[in-house]
Amino acid sequence: MKAIVKSMALLFALIMISCGGKKEEKKEEGFSVQRKKAQTEQPAETNTTDEVKPSERVDMTTKGVGPITSVELSAEIDQAMAENGKKVYDQMCLACHRIGKKFIGPAPNGILERRTPEWVMNMILNPENMVKEDPLAKDLLQEFNGSPMANQGLTEEQARAVLEYFRTLE
Amino acid sequence: MKIYSYLTMTMGAALMLVSCGQQNQSSNGALSSSAAEKVYVAPGEQDEFYAFMSGGYSGNLTVYGLPSGRMFKEIPVFSQFPTSGYGYSEETKPMLNTSHGFVPWDDAHHPDISQTNGELDGRWIFINGNNTPRIARISLSTFETEEIIEVPNSAGNHSSSFITENTEYVVAGTRFSVPIPQRDIPINEYKSNFKGSLSFISVDPEHGHMDIKFQLMMPGFNYDLSHPGRGKSHGWFFFTTYNTEEAHTLQEVNSSQNDKDFIAAVNWKKIEEYVNNGGGTKVPAEYAHNIYDESTHTATTTMKKEVLTVDPLKVPGAVYFLPTPKSPHGCDVDPSGQYIIGNGKLSADLTVHSFDKMIAAIEGEKFDGEAYGIPILKFEDVLAGQVKSGGLGPLHTEFDDEGNAYTTFFISSEVVKWKLGTWEVIDRKPTYYSVGHLMIPGGNSRKPFGKYVVALNKITKDRYLPTGPEMEHSAQIYDISGEKMELIYDFPTHGEPHYAAGIPAEILAPKSKKIYRLDENKHPYAVLSPTESKVVRDGNEVHVYMSTIRSHFTPDNIEGIKVGDKVYFHITNHEQDFDVPHGFAMIGQNTSELLVMPGQTKTSVWEPKKVGVWPFYCTDFCSALHQEMQGYVRVSPANSNVELKWSLGE
Repeated sequence: MKAIVKSMALLFALIMISCGGKKEEKKEEGFSVQRKKAQTEQPAETNTTDEVKPSERVDMTTKGVGPITSVELSAEIDQAMAENGKKVYDQMCLACHRIGKKFIGPAPNGILERRTPEWVMNMILNPENMVKEDPLAKDLLQEFNGSPMANQGLTEEQARAVLEYFRTLE
Repeated sequence: MKIYSYLTMTMGAALMLVSCGQQNQSSNGALSSSAAEKVYVAPGEQDEFYAFMSGGYSGNLTVYGLPSGRMFKEIPVFSQFPTSGYGYSEETKPMLNTSHGFVPWDDAHHPDISQTNGELDGRWIFINGNNTPRIARISLSTFETEEIIEVPNSAGNHSSSFITENTEYVVAGTRFSVPIPQRDIPINEYKSNFKGSLSFISVDPEHGHMDIKFQLMMPGFNYDLSHPGRGKSHGWFFFTTYNTEEAHTLQEVNSSQNDKDFIAAVNWKKIEEYVNNGGGTKVPAEYAHNIYDESTHTATTTMKKEVLTVDPLKVPGAVYFLPTPKSPHGCDVDPSGQYIIGNGKLSADLTVHSFDKMIAAIEGEKFDGEAYGIPILKFEDVLAGQVKSGGLGPLHTEFDDEGNAYTTFFISSEVVKWKLGTWEVIDRKPTYYSVGHLMIPGGNSRKPFGKYVVALNKITKDRYLPTGPEMEHSAQIYDISGEKMELIYDFPTHGEPHYAAGIPAEILAPKSKKIYRLDENKHPYAVLSPTESKVVRDGNEVHVYMSTIRSHFTPDNIEGIKVGDKVYFHITNHEQDFDVPHGFAMIGQNTSELLVMPGQTKTSVWEPKKVGVWPFYCTDFCSALHQEMQGYVRVSPANSNVELKWSLGE
């Protein structure tokens, strides 16, 4: 029961965080209950802000769960492959992952500074198991509101091309 | 919400533990009945067979598992189906077009699975629409209706849709004879003015596309049921007839006067050759041919204007009549192709004709007269034997792979097992109640899978909890793997299944399609990337190019729609994962919802009548955030200048 209460508090805190500061500026447009709540959530908020958000966490060792165990990245970006990757990305991924901003899921910019290429490809190719078995993917599902990462049925070749496209993003 | 899920998880875990315990115990006695074990398909396990049951007056086809009797799906065929939007969406409305206009319903009777060398190949299943004569072809990889062809010069399309052993033809015979061509004449001038057409519809071996190769113009009898020859009799087709009296009123009495009607034996190979050599007469006709294209997800309809007819008298040796007692109904051919069984529905006995004897009688020209110029063979010359069963009202026969036949008796409510060749009765079991057709998987092919027989009963009465005056029809499964049949299960079936077709799951399941590939989507209004989403006005027509993925629509805010507009929502589901459809429903829409499969595009029309801001939402629970999958359309007065715009997340 204690755990439940704790996690409820955490949940509310997360909701408040994701709502951001904008709400406070909007005088009476919303409902006033939110202000009262904000007070009770102060302690919980300090707890979570100590932690780095899963999306900002850096883990350059974990390879994730799935078919990809090793990826070699060439020194130079393969532009043809990246272009092909962009095509796949625009059709299969863009609905949820926008470039340069958080949308339904995180933006792919700079992903290879935070994750191994294997982890990225496994997340694309095997999302159902990743969110169950990979601790970081599990946390990401929580951070992003429980929106499931859809399995878009990409081939390994397509996922590799998408990865190459990610290398071109600032 | 959270508490609730914690609780349910705990409870679920507890229940799992408890039920595990019970299961272990049950193998030692709780399930003491062997019948229960035979039909029990444990949670997570799958059935051995698919069973496709015609929906009768539902106009559709239902899919069940055997031996569990669980219903998996209803496939819309001849009837509008709001569950998926079939017949309501712009893409599928053309499927129900006919020469009489849009017909949203039919009476579906006899499914038959495509064959190669007389064995089930599981490519397609065909079914007839009885009322406005049509034949449909359904894909057995998508389980969607792909094609419907109307049959002209036919009425009460009942001796249909049975296929030849390499799926060369799907055959559709008329039940009611009608004036051909249709014309304004007194009904009592039936004799000699009315004709019965038997249509041979060719099936393209590659795509399955249907085309009427020829129509055989037969005397004005009622052509009741039919089956192809197989093996040695491949190339022939057999039709039972009744009303050889050619009565046009009070048929109940007047069509039962003759002691014997006929089975018409048609040598279609001979007629095919005649037609291929330029034989036959093209006559004006009007019939719709509707084809659904899997890559555009769209059906088109074309009206055909001509059909090739064949006068049987112009093709000597093509058609003979086999006298068969008492208004025969079922017309079934055994796996070897040697025996043709005609069940006189007003008789107690079964009549079995011999194909070899028929050929000998034809060669010996032993005729007993003729009907409208068609030779009648002598009953005694073609008779192989009679099954004296003691039952009443024999209707239909199917076969196992060990030389046994199983015949239903409507009046005495039973299935009778008998031996081909010796005609002895081996076993009989009651049905509940008044059985019509029966089905053994592959039981009308060269290779039956004789493990179960399903009896399709016409009357339910007290078999289930009563549900008011109207009840679903009752089916019964018998284990036929032993000498004696054993009733092992009862289950209700949707609509009124007439006939059914079964096939081993291992043939179909591996090739069942899981998604439509987005990169193969050729729908003209498809949105292949969410960046292509847009709203386009063309006069008072507005086209919304919309995409969906868990869990949002792109766009989800639309403004600039006006009262009096006709809004087309073209919705492309961007999911590429198995079993993740999205739905679409708009408040106040005068049509059904859409259910859009992964990679598919469907279109729904909305004509807003009221000013306001109106929501739409996803109707298929797609993810934890399904309840958030919604959007708004702002509708302004007809004369407003509100700019057309659309957005998501702005």
